[in-house]
Amino acid sequence: MSEHKNHISSYKSHIVVLLSLIMLTILTVTITSVHLGPFNTAAAMLIASVKAAIVLLYFMHLKFDEKIYRFMVTLVLAIYAVVIIITFFDYLYR
Amino acid sequence: MEQNHTEHVDHFDPVASKIGMWLFIFTEILLFGGLFIVYSVYRYKHPVEFHLAHQELDVTIGLINTIILLVSSMTVAMSITALQTGNKKLTLIFIAVTILLALVFLVNKYFEWGAKIHHDIYPGSEFLMSLSKGDMLFFGLYFFMTGLHAIHIIVGVALLGVVFAKVKNGSVNQNRFSLLENGGLYWHLVDLIWIFLFPLFYLIH
Repeated sequence: MSEHKNHISSYKSHIVVLLSLIMLTILTVTITSVHLGPFNTAAAMLIASVKAAIVLLYFMHLKFDEKIYRFMVTLVLAIYAVVIIITFFDYLYR
Repeated sequence: MEQNHTEHVDHFDPVASKIGMWLFIFTEILLFGGLFIVYSVYRYKHPVEFHLAHQELDVTIGLINTIILLVSSMTVAMSITALQTGNKKLTLIFIAVTILLALVFLVNKYFEWGAKIHHDIYPGSEFLMSLSKGDMLFFGLYFFMTGLHAIHIIVGVALLGVVFAKVKNGSVNQNRFSLLENGGLYWHLVDLIWIFLFPLFYLIH
């Protein structure tokens, strides 16, 4: 059917993605070994989120697949974000 | 011929099967997501204990396991490329390498947990019960979350084993590769969860 829409990722692109993920991992380890106070956790979580986005977009193929998957994933992550925010408002201001 | 055709309706629908896989992945994200919130709340309530307890964990083993999982994620993605370009042999090799890396991860985990248990750190141990509430919570969450993740690795190995057999006998092939794609998605999910577990348990300050 929609044969032309079947995007095939190249081996080279997979290697580039892997190398960027490993570099970000090493960056996290380096950053958290320096004392930055509360920014340590913030930086580690920010880099982890970037890594997760790379895995979702390239390895899990969201960037190339039908838009419906991307829409669903965004929706679920938005719901999860709302749950986190509500939980922390509860704990910070009780 | 027309009647014959209706009797052998092919229900193959790659888009729907992938949507089904994603729906399952969402339940997994919310399962681990809930645990991450539990972790955050307890860490917020016991910052000092969590900081001291995390120093018991070996960053090097954690880093090695992270890189093993990232590489295995790449090999499973490459197996899809290989199957889509019609190279069955290479597909099988990539799936086998992924399974092998998963087993190496589990062996590392075995030694890591073994060392903890050897030092009398495990849920319910006398030593752990003598420590503060924060330490107990940290190690309880550590064993539960990495344990649940390890169970997912074992399930992933079983799933990839099935995919390997089906690629080998040809029922998963260049034109019908949904099972490999969905198995790959599950494997990436396992990697995705570890991406957050690693900094939270091994690197926090």
